[in-house]
Amino acid sequence: MEVFVVSLLNGLVYGMLLFMLASGLTLILSMMGVLNFAHASAYMLGAYFAYTISQYIGFWPALVIAPLLCGLVGAAIEMWGLRRVHRNGHIAELLFTFGLALIIEKAVQMTWGLLPVPYRVPALLDFPLFSIYGTHFPAYRAFMLLISALMFGAIWLGLTRTRIGLVIQAALTHPDMASALGHNVPRVFTLVFAAGTALAGLAGVIGGNYQVTEPAMAFTMGPIVFVVVVFGGLGSLLGCFIASILMGLIQTFAVVFDVSLADLLARFGFIVTKDTPFAEVLTVTLPRVGALLPFLMMVLILVFRPRGLMGTRDT
Amino acid sequence: MSLVRRHWVWLLALVVLLAFPFLFFDWSKGRHSGFVLTLMSEIGVMAIFALSYNMLMGQAGLLSFGHAVLLGLGAYCAAHVVNLVKAGTIWLPTELVPLAGGLGGMFFGFVLGWLVTRQRATAFAMITMGLGELVSAAALMFMGFFGGEGGISIDRVMDTSLFGVAYTSPWQVYCLVLAWAFIAAMLMRLQTQTPLGRIANATRDNFERAQFVGYDPRIVRLLQFTLSGFFAGIAGGLYVLIYEIVTFDTVSAAKSANALLAVYIGGAGGFFGPILGTIVVVLLQSGVSLLSNAWLLYVGVLFIVMVMYAPGGLIGLIFMHVPIWRIGRLRELLLPYARAFPPALMVMLGFVLLVELLSFTTIGAAQGKKFAIGGNVIDTTAPLPWLIALAALVLGALWIRREARGFRERWDALIEDAKRQGVVS
Repeated sequence: MEVFVVSLLNGLVYGMLLFMLASGLTLILSMMGVLNFAHASAYMLGAYFAYTISQYIGFWPALVIAPLLCGLVGAAIEMWGLRRVHRNGHIAELLFTFGLALIIEKAVQMTWGLLPVPYRVPALLDFPLFSIYGTHFPAYRAFMLLISALMFGAIWLGLTRTRIGLVIQAALTHPDMASALGHNVPRVFTLVFAAGTALAGLAGVIGGNYQVTEPAMAFTMGPIVFVVVVFGGLGSLLGCFIASILMGLIQTFAVVFDVSLADLLARFGFIVTKDTPFAEVLTVTLPRVGALLPFLMMVLILVFRPRGLMGTRDT
Repeated sequence: MSLVRRHWVWLLALVVLLAFPFLFFDWSKGRHSGFVLTLMSEIGVMAIFALSYNMLMGQAGLLSFGHAVLLGLGAYCAAHVVNLVKAGTIWLPTELVPLAGGLGGMFFGFVLGWLVTRQRATAFAMITMGLGELVSAAALMFMGFFGGEGGISIDRVMDTSLFGVAYTSPWQVYCLVLAWAFIAAMLMRLQTQTPLGRIANATRDNFERAQFVGYDPRIVRLLQFTLSGFFAGIAGGLYVLIYEIVTFDTVSAAKSANALLAVYIGGAGGFFGPILGTIVVVLLQSGVSLLSNAWLLYVGVLFIVMVMYAPGGLIGLIFMHVPIWRIGRLRELLLPYARAFPPALMVMLGFVLLVELLSFTTIGAAQGKKFAIGGNVIDTTAPLPWLIALAALVLGALWIRREARGFRERWDALIEDAKRQGVVS
């Protein structure tokens, strides 16, 4: 029971972090059709910016400035890069962001070094908030939950209650029609791209000290965020939310259940020995395959339900 | 004689490639330069790999992010086969080990292809990326087939050669790689002219119409993917013979990215583009990485520049000159090129200097290396080198903008003339 509650909370924190990244990506992907490989790079940049800023003026200003900087980077990428490449089709755009991700990783390595930087949780939040069954729950994780919940609310309100939000929603499902009605769709694109990158940056600011701030963080996080987006389905923020939470829970719960397929088969009276075919596949335990699960899920969903959980159209 | 006349390019390439290592032959010791031979063998293997990638990306318009899976699985199959031959369980000539890798790659190409070819475009890219991550995670997990982190090592000297060659020296291995590279390249070249190759082009160019004509695009994609797996597997088999070990990084995303970068930089679609791109990428990878930490950055920047300004790749840039050459006015471009050369060089040097300064202040300092040009150690913390680099970059960029205008005018005029003479449609 205690393991369950603690894992549930941790899974929720991780899931909300994923959602912060995935929400921006899903908006960009469904609107512009661009699979933005550089999205996780913005996450990394957010963490590194926040690290540098927090060294000089503290964590709280960094919480605001770093995402804004990331947003500016995003706007620049969209205006001077993507728009130019757009003429050559979606594949060219995808390749462009892929190259960008490579360059950003190298640039980060060259600016901040190959080793992880000591980006720490601010002292103000560095205490256990409460303890359940003897396990402390750090206040910082609660803070992460709070920020991501606030952001979720803000996005939802922004998309449903403001004029620009309605235009974005329209451009999301009917980009040609929205542009025919006289809305400046390219400017909306820039705005969404910048906002999505800023959100990824914000995720980096609060996720960088929760996980490790290192140059490889983009390439470990990136594929998982793709999985979330594909799983949730294109054009659906709700699907994206559910997929994020699900992925967060799966990844945390996979670590705590030390079982394998062989244990499951043993229940039905089938004992796996060394000589059974595929013995190695059957005896591998769940925590070890934890990292593999998201990709397995992505492959399965793309094969059997290409539009994802709540998607409105095929990926 | 007609054979020679029709295929003189291939024969010439073969002769040049056989002769090239002798430029680096150490006559005093009477042996080849191991570095050059390994580098060229690597280029050979990666060229096969890039060409097999091009069967997907160039011919069928399928952008895969997990192509190394086929290379790696082919390599693992070949490694297991070699070990079985060594143990005496089966008999197979050393020369045919790449074929074993190819069959392994073909098998996995069919199985994985059955999963992935339901999709195309972005979804195909994602699902191949997912498979790539899946296989590279599995490679570390399952010891039996993949051998975990240590990988699977082999001994390529197995006394079963058809020609009585022991394959103890890099030269012998290089010859084998070259032979296979030629066989594979020719087969892939022929494949582009088969009905399957043509229909693959059709599904790339117009998906709906190919369906209307009566072909199932999925079957076309599946066949193309399987064949591509065969050739990637051949590359994997050769990889095993060169390095005598196969580890999980043969299936990694980085290897897949290498193929993508090589094909795109060289020019997808055409046949010689991927080869050219492979040469560029491998040379940057092996040559520049000795001097600098930032080789991937240069490849990345080159890639982005290609995506933004030259979607046809290097080969596309070369072929743009063909109409002007046909009307015999190519030499009029000499002067504009000569004028654009100094600012281009300036931008490049400025950029490289800036990158290296940055890289040596962080990574280089951490590794205890010093930045030196021609023996002079440069203090990367002093402002002067940074200023020089920045000035070269900015001034060069401004200058090249000025030159570009004149160049474009000249170019447009020449192309216009070519159009008038009817060599361009």
